Amino acid sequence: MKISVVVTLKKAVLDPQGTTIMKALKGMNFNNVNDVRQGKYFEIEIDEKDQKKAEDQVSQMCDKLLANLVIEDYKIIGSQ
Amino acid sequence: MNSSVIIFPGSNCDRDMDVALKKFGFKNKMIWHDDTKLPKSDLVVLPGGFSYGDYLRCGSMASKSKIIKSVIDFAKSGGLLMGICNGFQILTETELLPGVLLRNKFSEFICKDVFVKINNTENKYFKKINKQTLKLHIAHNEGNYFCTNNQMKEIEDNNQIALFYCDKKGEIKDEHNPNGSSKNIAGIFNKEKNILGMMPHPERMIDAYLSGEDGSLFFQNLIKNLK
Repeated sequence: MKISVVVTLKKAVLDPQGTTIMKALKGMNFNNVNDVRQGKYFEIEIDEKDQKKAEDQVSQMCDKLLANLVIEDYKIIGSQ
Repeated sequence: MNSSVIIFPGSNCDRDMDVALKKFGFKNKMIWHDDTKLPKSDLVVLPGGFSYGDYLRCGSMASKSKIIKSVIDFAKSGGLLMGICNGFQILTETELLPGVLLRNKFSEFICKDVFVKINNTENKYFKKINKQTLKLHIAHNEGNYFCTNNQMKEIEDNNQIALFYCDKKGEIKDEHNPNGSSKNIAGIFNKEKNILGMMPHPERMIDAYLSGEDGSLFFQNLIKNLK
């Protein structure tokens, strides 16, 4: 299966990269941009046919490595 | 006194640390990250650099390397473990120290001399040190210390803040905070004070001709406290 997961910074955490991107967008005349938050996207191919089991494994991967839960949240957004 | 410096792919302050430790009397060994055993050590150092190219998050991959289990066992049995810069990031990623080091507030890589104030001398690192404010060097992109409110309460209740960014006189003000760190924090201990993580590089301040001598002061004092 291929599991897609997105890791994002928690709301309370400062995101200077997002802020810099927002400023660049405004400089390009996208004046209605209010905020940009940058995150990470992973596609994980896994030898597991059972969707629930595959997602559980990816959750463990997120807890242990892909996300730092002090500052980040993660969400599995697709399984195929 | 025996010390060990762990080398990860991408470490780049390992040899500076080796020079510094030897200069002040440590018998130092360099340990490769893929080894599983630590030699008998009185001090273990995770050096600065860009371990694993800072991929994913700074220090995250190094915190899962083979040697880390032995490093954690060493620290949990009371051994002195010090992480400088990227080493500090690795210590937070292993959860041996609370919190995390975020990207600098103003999106700049900072490379300059700073002053830091020693906040706690009841530990092997700073006990009896004869200076309260040290001039040290910082060079980092992710040194903005952050933790949850609960973690901060615990850190303060247990007197775990090791160093604050400050001015020459030791005054701790916002304008002396180079990277946006919570409360001007430049370094912290674990509860037991045997683990120290800090962003400044004492190993870069061990020569009066090249830089400064406050790093010398730190290492001289450390080895004296260990004897």
